[in-house]
Amino acid sequence: MESLISIALNSVFVGNILLAYFLGMCSFLAISKNMKTATGLGIGVLCVLTITTPANWLIYNRLLAPGALAWAGLAQLNLSYLKLVLFIATIAAIVQGLEMLIDRFSPALYAALGVFLPLITVNCAILGVSLFMVERDYTFTESVVYGVGSGAGWALAIISMSAIQQKLRYADAPEGLKGFAINMITTGLMAMGFMLFAGISLE
Amino acid sequence: MEKVNEVLLKPWKFLRRTKSYKEVARALWEANPISKQILGICSTLAVTVQMKTALVMCFGLTLVVAFSSLTISLMRRVIPKNIRIMAEVIVIATLVIIADELLKAFMYETSKQLSVFVGLIITNCIVLGRTEGYALMNPPFRSFMDGLANGIGYSSVLMGVAFARELLGSGKLFGHPVIPAGVYEWGYINNGLMLLAPGAFIIIGLFVWLEQTLLSKKK
Repeated sequence: MESLISIALNSVFVGNILLAYFLGMCSFLAISKNMKTATGLGIGVLCVLTITTPANWLIYNRLLAPGALAWAGLAQLNLSYLKLVLFIATIAAIVQGLEMLIDRFSPALYAALGVFLPLITVNCAILGVSLFMVERDYTFTESVVYGVGSGAGWALAIISMSAIQQKLRYADAPEGLKGFAINMITTGLMAMGFMLFAGISLE
Repeated sequence: MEKVNEVLLKPWKFLRRTKSYKEVARALWEANPISKQILGICSTLAVTVQMKTALVMCFGLTLVVAFSSLTISLMRRVIPKNIRIMAEVIVIATLVIIADELLKAFMYETSKQLSVFVGLIITNCIVLGRTEGYALMNPPFRSFMDGLANGIGYSSVLMGVAFARELLGSGKLFGHPVIPAGVYEWGYINNGLMLLAPGAFIIIGLFVWLEQTLLSKKK
């Protein structure tokens, strides 16, 4: 249980997928101008990560890992090099399915979230979390916690960034610093803030 | 006849007039603002702590962009329009797998350091952007050159960041100490912040600031 809590805390703060590993920067910089859309995209990424990470865990550990096909009598097979292709296909399929489901059952939610879903497929954070999950040898429960935590961390980062940007509009920055440059430096300062959580230990 | 003479006597002049040259020049000089390239860089920033890993990453990325542009351009007449993104992603993913396996075979230590970031070339905006925006409409050789030039343009930014981070963060370049020991005795300390993620963000911010200021002066 303790390890689960520390994975959750780590993925939200210290090992924040955006601020410590630079994943999902494209949509982070493009969408963070408006708080409402930023919240929508953040929630979208959280939902998709919650589903794709465990799904990719199952695919990797039941089909691709060395010896995973032992139940089919192919114990010597190692298909792990196929993980890149299969993961990205799974993510695309799940996002597409999610889009259709939301459209069918909740048009209101679709109106709010629908435009962001296709964007999420090409978000490197989604593929990155699945790859980290494989690299760190998480169990199934751990991968669920890691997926939710990373999604929450990404959402937290983009929502706070959009709040900061609204205030920045009234700041008097030098001409060359305006726009992209000041956003990067702000992100750097935010990353520093998130790293302060590194001191927390649960033992 | 005159033209042939001209080509033989001044090959560089002829070269400059070819379309490939123009594309390469465009990708390297005119359309290479740091801010634009950084959008594609995103995930690769994580490997800029050391110049060595950054160089390997740049090399892999440049080859993947170049060859995916070439492949997509060769297939551009047979790819149906509706599923082109799927086809592009599959081509890129295959090339990335090849790059990843090669790295594991010949440079195992570096591939461990690069960890998941080689795989993340697949979702890199630049690679998909070049195949989607250029290779789908242009002949193979020009697409290849375009991919190569974009990869190099992007690598130059990445290497700049890696240079600053390794020099300021650990006082080394390519793993060799470059700051004399005497400087440390006077009380110089390496800036550990540069090795952490915030360092990369701040360096990029400063680079773009510098670039914007220089560009606005030119105008």
